[in-house]
Amino acid sequence: MITLTNIHKSFDGTAVLRGVTLTLPEGKSTVVIGTSGSGKSVLMKSILGLVTPDGGTITQNGTPLNHAAFLNDFGMLFQGAALFDSLPIWQNVAFRLLRQMPKPQARAIAVEKLARVGLDADVADRLPAMLSGGMQKRAGLARAIATDPRILFFDEPTTGLDPIMARAINDLIRDIVLETGATTLTITHDMTTLHTIADHVALLDAGEIRWQGTPAEMRQSKDGKLNAFLFSGS
Amino acid sequence: MRFLAALGRLTLAALATIGSVTLFACSALVHIFRPPFYAGQFGTALVQIGWLSLPVVGLTALFTGGALVMQIYAGGARFNAEAVVPQIVAIGMVRELGPVLVGLMVAARVTAAIAAEIATMKVTEQLDALITLSTDPMRYLTVPRVLAALLAVPLLVAVGDIIGIMGGYFVATGSLGFSSGAYLRNTVNFLEPLDIASSLIKGTAFGLIAALMGCYFGLNAGRGARGVGRATKSAVEAAAILILAANFILTAVIFAL
Repeated sequence: MITLTNIHKSFDGTAVLRGVTLTLPEGKSTVVIGTSGSGKSVLMKSILGLVTPDGGTITQNGTPLNHAAFLNDFGMLFQGAALFDSLPIWQNVAFRLLRQMPKPQARAIAVEKLARVGLDADVADRLPAMLSGGMQKRAGLARAIATDPRILFFDEPTTGLDPIMARAINDLIRDIVLETGATTLTITHDMTTLHTIADHVALLDAGEIRWQGTPAEMRQSKDGKLNAFLFSGS
Repeated sequence: MRFLAALGRLTLAALATIGSVTLFACSALVHIFRPPFYAGQFGTALVQIGWLSLPVVGLTALFTGGALVMQIYAGGARFNAEAVVPQIVAIGMVRELGPVLVGLMVAARVTAAIAAEIATMKVTEQLDALITLSTDPMRYLTVPRVLAALLAVPLLVAVGDIIGIMGGYFVATGSLGFSSGAYLRNTVNFLEPLDIASSLIKGTAFGLIAALMGCYFGLNAGRGARGVGRATKSAVEAAAILILAANFILTAVIFAL
């Protein structure tokens, strides 16, 4: 269980996170929704250690989060996939594995993970630039799950994809979350993603957690901001 | 008053950048001796910086050596000193032109490529991806490039020196009437070990500067395409200026001994 307590972060005097308190329950899929600029990415980067909060605490199972240990059991799908341009797809997927095992074994696992996300083995030797946006997202997902991590983060997983590909990615994420039982955090403003994968929902608004609860509670909620967001669709 | 405030801000910003670059350089050099070491990245960097720079370095040195001979011959003819052309070309190429030209060509070619590549990785979140894969960008991106430049650029300088001298040799023997044997003998006899050592020392320093500037400005790039462009421009400018400044300082130190 990862717990954020009273997290603050400002950039050049502008407060982006204003006392965010949020818990990511073990083995559950938490989805943080919010408009662009609401602080979702900064929140995620704070957990990853890519941004240092100005105040507040982040703990994992009650002890202060050790980023090095945390990242060892972690996978992430980035908004733009963030595949390494200079490496073939299989080496992207097996990036971490190549430090742990011989090349043929790492490649075999990479090909297996590519198949899991619906990519053929002949994609393995191509460079990322040779793949479409949807295929890159799939490859990014394969990299995220390559080591079967217990924690998975998804940053706007369907941004930039057409509706069919977005649905395919949402379904893949749902299946992977169910299969692995990983603790997941997804930030998105895609309602389909939310409805497909969320066990727990939090609305981040102007740097504050405005509302949180289960998807069922969300549907019953009378919170004005939440409903405005849900019905505007973004 | 406003002018002084602006001047103060500019000075502080410049000092902050110098401090930041110095800390970055120290960190990169310390990391060279700490595992893990990414051999694949190092090999790729060695090919990119060394092998693939050979054509541009060779052609630059060849034409410069040829032009240098014509200039020294024409100048020397004014006081009947045409005979010293081989010696002056040799010392000019090995002590100054070889290292400086190679350094500047490497700054243009290698520093720009490193800065643009790393800056693009930054704006496309590839650096964040590296970190989430428990990989330190300093070790994975900077150290292999710095180490490759430290090894490759002195060799490029040596090759540039030789090709430059040979460029001069071809012009001198082909169109200025110099004897082939005498030209080469004068060149070899005139050069001292310190001349060659200074060339290689300068090459090492310039390689370090070129790689460090590319990595520093790439890792600190701003957002978007403009960020990549600015990082590349700043890296090349900084590398070129630092190479020329380092050349002056090294010349003063080495030949004042």
